[in-house]
Amino acid sequence: MVYKKKMKARIHITLKTGVLDPQGKAIQTSLGALGFDGVDKVRQGKFIELDIAADGETEARERLTEMCEQLLANTVIENYTIELEA
Amino acid sequence: MTLKAAVIVFPGSNCDRDVKVALEASSGTAPAMVWHGDGTLPDCDLIVLPGGFSYGDYLRSGAMASTSPVMRAVVAAAKRGTRLLAICNGFQIATEAGLLPGVLMPNASLKFVCKDVLLRVESNDSPFTGNYTTGDVVRMPIAHRDGNYFAADSELDALEDNNLVAFRYCDGDGALSPDANPNGSARNIAGIFNQGRTVLGMMPHPERLADARLGGEHGKAMFDGLLAALA
Repeated sequence: MVYKKKMKARIHITLKTGVLDPQGKAIQTSLGALGFDGVDKVRQGKFIELDIAADGETEARERLTEMCEQLLANTVIENYTIELEA
Repeated sequence: MTLKAAVIVFPGSNCDRDVKVALEASSGTAPAMVWHGDGTLPDCDLIVLPGGFSYGDYLRSGAMASTSPVMRAVVAAAKRGTRLLAICNGFQIATEAGLLPGVLMPNASLKFVCKDVLLRVESNDSPFTGNYTTGDVVRMPIAHRDGNYFAADSELDALEDNNLVAFRYCDGDGALSPDANPNGSARNIAGIFNQGRTVLGMMPHPERLADARLGGEHGKAMFDGLLAALA
């Protein structure tokens, strides 16, 4: 397939509110142990970057949403956001 | 009596052979070993998704394996009612494939936990657990880093209301307590059934205690029970 545009996509995957995040908690504890004060609500997530070829931004976004729903995120516990850069 | 079983082998599976040995010891028939890249399954009454670290646990435990070619056939067969036993990484794969509700999160301790645990049999009303008595306390090994069962409260309530919890982590008297919970699982859940009780997902390894010479036979009862129920 020949697509009109190649774009850079950046996908952030984060745990939903209310889902316990033991890793975030451990990071917060370690930051405290290093002397960083005032740190709260540390949450660890994932960042995925990829190039996508598509005919336009709308189409790219639709396909990226499908990718997130089918594989990149587990929507039982995770939210995702998609950033596109032409 | 023979039990036609298929064990799915993913890159990174490491309990496939143990399951094969346990199935063969109980049924006298070797299961078919099916490579993940195969698009078809042999005719079988039981499918096993074994433990291990399929695809190195990349992205999320079980996530990559759930998209393997063979999983389309496994999901289709499970939806037709073919019995599916999903152990440890298999349980993770089954939740990722949408065959069971919830998800296995990293252990609350963030540590890999490898030890024997005690389980209370919550329901013997299934081909997997028919050989136990409800309320029995049995011993089985666990070995995982992502075994912390999580689901929304409504989902957990639905599992309990429909009597779909198969096993819970417990102490020697069968009591549930945080101390008896090795990984932080919601409501001490160690294993669950799907709605039709044709799929069982569990973190403990019955195949690792299926021979008295290896320290116990509490797991063997599951494979003997499957033979009795399905052969």
